Amino acid sequence: MVNRKRSVWSQILASVLVNAVYAMENYPIMFVNTLLSPLSILIVITFVSHGMLIGFGIEGALIMTAVMSGVSMQGDLSHLKNDMKLQDMVVTSPTGPLTYVAGMGVSEIVFSLPVLVLLVILASIYIQPTLMQALTILLVIIVMFCFSIALGFLLSTLTTDVMQSWGFSGIVSVLLSTIPPVYYPISYIPMPFQYIAYISPTTYAAQIAQAAMGYVSVSKLNLVVDWIVIVAVCIALLVLGYKKARWREP
Amino acid sequence: MNGIEVRNLSKTYDGRTYALRNVNIMFPERGILSIIGRNGAGKTTLIRILATELMPTSGSASVGGIDVVAKPAAAREIMAIVPQEARTIPWMTARQQVFSYLLYRGFPYSEAKERAVKSLKQLGLQKYTNKLSRLLSGGTKRKVMVATVLASEARVIFLDEPTTGLDPISRRELWQLLNKLKKEYLIVLTTHYLEEAEYLADTIAIMESGRIVAMGSMDELRKRAGQQYSVRVMDERRPKLPKGVRVVRFDGGYQVLTDRERAFAISNALMHEKARFSTNPVSLEDLFYYFAKRSINEDTEEQGDDEW
Repeated sequence: MVNRKRSVWSQILASVLVNAVYAMENYPIMFVNTLLSPLSILIVITFVSHGMLIGFGIEGALIMTAVMSGVSMQGDLSHLKNDMKLQDMVVTSPTGPLTYVAGMGVSEIVFSLPVLVLLVILASIYIQPTLMQALTILLVIIVMFCFSIALGFLLSTLTTDVMQSWGFSGIVSVLLSTIPPVYYPISYIPMPFQYIAYISPTTYAAQIAQAAMGYVSVSKLNLVVDWIVIVAVCIALLVLGYKKARWREP
Repeated sequence: MNGIEVRNLSKTYDGRTYALRNVNIMFPERGILSIIGRNGAGKTTLIRILATELMPTSGSASVGGIDVVAKPAAAREIMAIVPQEARTIPWMTARQQVFSYLLYRGFPYSEAKERAVKSLKQLGLQKYTNKLSRLLSGGTKRKVMVATVLASEARVIFLDEPTTGLDPISRRELWQLLNKLKKEYLIVLTTHYLEEAEYLADTIAIMESGRIVAMGSMDELRKRAGQQYSVRVMDERRPKLPKGVRVVRFDGGYQVLTDRERAFAISNALMHEKARFSTNPVSLEDLFYYFAKRSINEDTEEQGDDEW
């Protein structure tokens, strides 16, 4: 077996099957859960604003789905590592950390596919973005997805049990989804609390998406700063995740 | 050497706490090496270093002729592990469990599918192929874990306490399986069950406080201890025994570990006394106690002669 050619696609597929396909196939309740979580806030925002913020809501739900993938992945990886010892088995195999994380990342997308499809349908009905607007939102979603996956992996390798992982999930959820104004404009937050919102990279991502759709007015300089922030945070976390995450323990 | 070669391997935490101290092992490319020891003796640390999960602080280790410290990626091609407390994933069937692991090892989709079914069949698990693992018994789950790593073509298998928590029948079934497999694989097995190591292992390494205090086959360990026989006296009264014989309290009676000639002489003496006693070859439990105790006494600079 030493000279056998290994398929990276097989290794990525393994994570997708373990963490998404088999879970949804054998536990259909998971499928329902993936649909409910992001849609519930969208529905509340739409009702409370009498439909005025439906565009914000759909955009916000798309960004939140990407961001929450990392939070979910952190919990999933921690569970598979600490309770099932799957990660130990994978470490002692030809799969490397990058392939494992890539596979787990893709698995989170697969897991989120039902809601993403639904949101894209809603977006095409209610906000009808141009190609340029759609590409901007897609790029924001990809950057935020990479950021959250890197964060999720880093945290999961530092946890020793699921209780700790829940603790991290709670903190990360507040930082990335509760504080930032993803489903509404930042102007709805009174000063000086807006400064707190800018702690979270999700705020910058939401601002780019909202500006792209013309929902809020943001100067070009601010937009450049927004992009720099989310890309820099994403790269920093990817590097940090690669260097500091514990694959083979020191 | 294509088996396991470990030289002066040490692992410390914070530069003070020793998990392993100057461990040396030589083991051929097939058979079962069993590592036994108390909780915290260093068994899992050793196995995790050999399985490339943990870096040592100093020393060298190679598995299948590959340096696990310098070339972990190459070593991972030939090895697989079932870690301590590893579980089958509850939302997956036995087939899905083996199949997905084979994908992790880089097998193409169709080959992984074939191998998964074949491996489960080889281990007599075909009737559980499509059963969710949360519905399987503890013994079957363990066998599925073993089927998982065996399907991988790895020739070095690490099993960290594979029978912990199994009922006696499941444990025996797993023993029979491992006994067959040892002709083809190099299996490193840690266990708390001494009869398991005695039954399965070609070589037994006894660990205490991060050190290997004795290593060899059962016969070699008996020879090294200089005590091939155990005489147990089932009586509260201390028996009258020849001078120079070390006696230890044991289960409401006394035990003497000694060589063949003395065992014969002591047995004769006990027969004359009409004492209730039994004479048997020294078991691994006796040897484990002997070597571990001796190591502890060396550490604490106590001779402990009163106990022996």
